[in-house]
Amino acid sequence: MEPGAVSIRLEQCGKTFPDGTKALAPLDLEVQAGETVVFLGPSGCGKTTLLRIIAGLESPDAGGRVFFGDDDVTALPIERRNVGMVFQSYALFPNMSVAENIAYGLKVRKLEAPARAARVAEMLAMMHLEELGHRRVDQLSGGQKQRVALARALAVRPRVLLLDEPLTALDAKLREGLRVEIDRLLRSLAITAVYVTHDQAEAMALGDRIAVMERGRIAQIGSPQEIYYRPRTAFVADFIGTMNRLAGRADGAAIEVPGGRLPWRGPAAERQEVLFRPEDVRIADGAQAHLRGTVVAAFFLGDHTRLMVDTGAGQPIAVETSERRTFRAGEPIALNVDPEALLTVGREP
Amino acid sequence: MRRGARFWLQLGLTVLVCAFLVVPVVMSVLAGLSVNFFVGVRSGLTLRWVFEVWALYADTVYRSIGVALACLACTLVLGVPAAYVLVKRQNRWTRAIEELLVLPIAVPGLATALALILFYGQLGGFRTSWTFILVGHVLFTLPFMVRSVVAVMAAIDMKTLEEAAASLGAGFRERFFGVILPNARPGILAGSLMVVTLSMGEFNITWMLHTPLTKTLPVGLADSYASMRLEIGSAYTIVFFFMIIPLLVAMQYLSGDGGKRQGWNRAR
Repeated sequence: MEPGAVSIRLEQCGKTFPDGTKALAPLDLEVQAGETVVFLGPSGCGKTTLLRIIAGLESPDAGGRVFFGDDDVTALPIERRNVGMVFQSYALFPNMSVAENIAYGLKVRKLEAPARAARVAEMLAMMHLEELGHRRVDQLSGGQKQRVALARALAVRPRVLLLDEPLTALDAKLREGLRVEIDRLLRSLAITAVYVTHDQAEAMALGDRIAVMERGRIAQIGSPQEIYYRPRTAFVADFIGTMNRLAGRADGAAIEVPGGRLPWRGPAAERQEVLFRPEDVRIADGAQAHLRGTVVAAFFLGDHTRLMVDTGAGQPIAVETSERRTFRAGEPIALNVDPEALLTVGREP
Repeated sequence: MRRGARFWLQLGLTVLVCAFLVVPVVMSVLAGLSVNFFVGVRSGLTLRWVFEVWALYADTVYRSIGVALACLACTLVLGVPAAYVLVKRQNRWTRAIEELLVLPIAVPGLATALALILFYGQLGGFRTSWTFILVGHVLFTLPFMVRSVVAVMAAIDMKTLEEAAASLGAGFRERFFGVILPNARPGILAGSLMVVTLSMGEFNITWMLHTPLTKTLPVGLADSYASMRLEIGSAYTIVFFFMIIPLLVAMQYLSGDGGKRQGWNRAR
């Protein structure tokens, strides 16, 4: 009964819709057994289409193949793939109670009633829903609904778990709580999971790896740290967190940018663009500062202050500081940028 | 609480309009219960006319019920799957079909009936049977069933529910009967009552399609008005009310919850 974790392998999976829209360029991807991969990207980037191809709700264009472990499941419809799926809109069956919803997949599999009841009780306990078994689904809060949906998807012990923006419909507070719960589940069950979201914080927290998607391709795939610290394209850099960019002439030792010079050991170039994160900038005192500018705006956020600093480049630079003083708009400021943190990215394809 | 002149004016107008609409109905009912309509209620009340109507026209009542139920069966078998496909496959063609569904309602019933007679009139056995009327009724009522079910299926996000059921391993039959139909029930129920009510009261098409041996209730009603004492026609109306009012009440009750989104009234 327990199939254990299984890998997912996509080979040359593309998707062109009947109206000619190219939703997905043919791509290869492997999700290791027990791994959680997050598809992250703006709406329309193809992340949901890719998830639906794995689920069996869409078929890839000719030539594309989907494997679960060693099984080629390309031709199998979703009902024969043994996947668990969680939807943004919960998709609970309104005509059934909470317990009946969770039991549905077991009933379809013709599991005996006593075994079914035991499994439902186990799932209710796992999701802390014991009290709610007999409730109607329209009597549940959004968070409870999504926990029921998770219990329903996991009750059948699916080979892979697919989650399509499961937290998007919830308000911020519930989202945080359920995210922690999903994280705990994915770790403890060690189930192969694909999680689709447009929320980078969710992606960072949940993904063993993140595939950042852009216009029907995977722009970059890697661990959250790789994606955050070593984005390979400007799109990835901008999509994840806040990124400053400056450009200027490189002379082998530094880059001449508006407002100062940044240490840079790269080759000399007429125009070199570098990127860095707000937390890699320090406030300096006077003489050796890399950059000078004036504070445009300061936002005190409790544990840190975010400054927007105008250095004469088009865009103000975002700076994160934990200095406990009040910054005023218009005040001159000197900045140092951690040379190790400077990034360059390739041009957009 | 003091109420101003405005309130009394509005109330007065409302009562007046209601009276304008209701009094003729009451008069008709009274006429059907009076011994002699020309003398009025003073002549005494009687159920004689009602019994007489029953003796003369009971067959039309049974036939109307039969046609309405058969019509319901047809619209359920044709309409529910049609609605399912229309909701599931949202594309140019299904949208066009949804629009075209209005046609049988927009085209005058007489024209629909004439077309049926021109085309099928030569098929003697068919032309003279009650199923000929049934075909007209199904044509006219099917759109109401489809629209009603489509509205509810769209409102419950049927596509995602079906995908969820499929992800749990349910094949088409299990999904359709276990998830889709139960959740579309409010729409099916509202559509059913609408179909039965419309079929019961349908006159235009039926008047053209009927034969002396296949009269339905409304056709019999017209017949009695034309050829019987006024009291009998009025008593006939009472019989009709007894059949149709419970249906209308049930429909109103259902439209409170399930049929919320189906804003269809009889379109002629």
